[in-house]
Formats: sequence, C-alpha cells, structure tokens
Amino acid sequence: MAHTSSEILDGLAEIVAEETGLPTDTVTAEKSFTDDLDIDSLSMMTIVTHAEDKFGVRIPDDEVKNLTTVGDAVTYIEGAQS
Amino acid sequence: MSARALRQGAPVLHSRILGIGGERGSRAVTNDEVAGPIDSSDEWIRQRTGIVTRRRATDDVEVLDLAEAAARRAMDAAGVTGAEIDTIILSTITYYHQTPSGAAVLADRLGASPAAAYDISAACAGYAYGVGQADALVRAGAARHVLVIGAEKLSDIIDPTDRSISFLLGDGAGAVVVGPSDTPGIGPTVWGSDGSRSQAIRQTHSWKELRQDPDLGWPTLRQDGPTVFKWASFQMAPVAAKAMAEAGVEPQDIQVFAPHQANMRIIDQMVKQLGLPEHVVVARDIAETGNTSAASIPLALDRLLAEGQARSGDLALQIGFGAGLVYAAQVVVLP
Repeated sequence: MAHTSSEILDGLAEIVAEETGLPTDTVTAEKSFTDDLDIDSLSMMTIVTHAEDKFGVRIPDDEVKNLTTVGDAVTYIEGAQS
Repeated sequence: MSARALRQGAPVLHSRILGIGGERGSRAVTNDEVAGPIDSSDEWIRQRTGIVTRRRATDDVEVLDLAEAAARRAMDAAGVTGAEIDTIILSTITYYHQTPSGAAVLADRLGASPAAAYDISAACAGYAYGVGQADALVRAGAARHVLVIGAEKLSDIIDPTDRSISFLLGDGAGAVVVGPSDTPGIGPTVWGSDGSRSQAIRQTHSWKELRQDPDLGWPTLRQDGPTVFKWASFQMAPVAAKAMAEAGVEPQDIQVFAPHQANMRIIDQMVKQLGLPEHVVVARDIAETGNTSAASIPLALDRLLAEGQARSGDLALQIGFGAGLVYAAQVVVLP
C-alpha cells in the first residue's frame, strides 16, 4: 500500500535521525540535507538505501544529487511508489 | 595394443594459508600533504575516509620490488623456500607490461623457477580472487605451494588534483603462501562481478587512446565515490555473510574481520550490516596505510598478527571488492 507524504516524511525523519543523531522533529520538509542537516554524500547514500528498503522504492544514484531538501526526497519517493 | 587409462591429478582434502607477509611504501604521506591540490583539509579527509596517513613508495621502488619483499616475508613465515613454490599468482594493476607477466619475473627473482606464474586483474578484490584460485589449485592437486601476492604502486596512477580517489591511495604489497593442510583452512570463495558498472571505478583513458592522442597525458584513476560507497557498504555485506554461511560458521565464530581497506566509513557500515559481535577484531589498517587495493587485506592481517590483535588459528572473514566491479570473500584460518 502506498505511503502518504506525511508518512514518508515521518519515516525519512527516523532514518535521518538514526544516521545523524539529530532529533526527528528537526527533519522538516524545507531542510536542506547538506546545508541544514550537515549530511555528506556518503551519509546521504546510507539514508537513501534505508529509504529504499523502508518504502519499497528504487532511487537511482544519479537521482540522489537532485534531492536537495527533505521535501524533494518525500516527493520523489511518493512518485516512485506508483 | 591395450588402451591406457588416463590418469588425473590426485586431489588433497584441505588447504590453508601457511604464512603471511607484507611490505608498505616507506614514506608516510600526511593528509596535509595531499589536501592542498584538492582544496581540502586534514579534518575533511579524516571525516570522509578515516585515513590519517597513507604509505607511499619512493620513485626508485617499483611494484615488483614491493611484491618481492612481501613474498619473501610470507615464504619465511610459511617456512617454504623458493624451490618449494610451484605456482605464483600476482594481482596488480600497476605493472606496466602487457607481457611478460610480473609473476614470471618474480618467480625468477624468488628462486621459484620453473613455478607456474601468471598475473590476474581483479583490482581491490585481487588478493581474495587469488586465494580462491590457490585453494582450488592446491585441493585439486594442481599445485602444492601457491604464492599469492597483491602488489600495487598506486602512486604511479594518481592525479593530485582528483578529489574522487587519488587522496585515498597508498603503495604496498601483501602476500600469502597457500598449501596443503590436514584440517580445513580456507572456506568456499564467494565471488563475482558486475561489468554493467565498469565505470564506477575507472582509468581515465586507455593506453591505446593515449597513443592516439598524447595530449591526454598519463591515465589516472577516478571513482564515483557515493555510488561505490553504497555498493560496497550495502551489497558486499551479504556477500561476506554468504561466505560465512558457505563455510558453515556464524558471526560469533569469527575472530577477525578483514575487509578491503577502501574507506573507514565502508568498514564501519559493513560491520553494522553484518551484525558482527563485539569480540570480532576489525582490521583498520587504512588509517595509517591508506587504500592499497589488492595489497590491503594481507597487509591488514599481517599488522593484526604482528601486533598480537589476531592469533594463529583465528578464523578471519576476508572480503575484497573494487573496480570491475568485482568481489570475492572467504573465511580463512590465520597462519
């Protein structure tokens, strides 16, 4: 069953919190992975891998650089589900 | 005239690693030394890679010199003379002759002629590929003492301005002697390749392209770092787990985990993915030696044994992975 965008945001926040140690409530849609959350390219790949597993989607490596904000990732995952 | 029955070589039941030896480049190159041309810093390199120094050889040292030094130490440790070595497998990507092989030259230098000798190209998986072959050759009765060497002088193919891989790389060689054993010493090798991702770690251009256009300059290495990180961290852990399963052991039975020393972040992630217990000693030679490709696993094991962190008889899970993409893993008993 497809996840709603709010479920995806919550799930992504848990994944980001696990990887970075940041509280989940700091992971909001407008936050930039690199500029606001201080996530480097390798941590981003870890987050992407866990998101793929959690939401049952495939996020190609070439696509990852386009996911600037948490909201970008939510939108991509939501679209990739269908 | 009576027909004669064909006789095939007699197999032996078990093989094991009889001795390990290593040789590192003599110069410790600091992060500060490599950071300038890539507009980076000691802190950035440590945080991204876990590397504090990488060891590089001086200009007068060739890859076969590193290989010979490591091989002699492995033979001494194994108590095997050159005359007793009947097969030499050299894995390297930095011996600049299409032919003859570096292994044949080494056989002569080591007093091992007329040992069968050949080079393999399996990049950072080369040592584990070689151990897999040596195990099979010994058990099939095709060889008695196989010298497997991973040797690289990667400083020959770096671009100091490249931010993708050059700053990780070091020079060194690691070697093992594999021979017959009364008890099982090398588990089944789980190995493979994925050529659809041949460009993930690559040479900038081929030697032939250089010949056609000398302006291209000397080829150097590049990698798609995040792609390789994801592949190595998350797809190699299941390969290592399969090597344990095929060897009939569980993570709690392992004393040492020796993955290819590519990046400390990959090592940490693999340990997490594999769920290795606290007691497992994890090889982290990359911090001081850098990434030495095919040499990294035997160099790391040699250090653990020399420092007393690992002991003879310990079960070690080893896995190599790299350009190809290629990978190989097996569980071995340390000599």
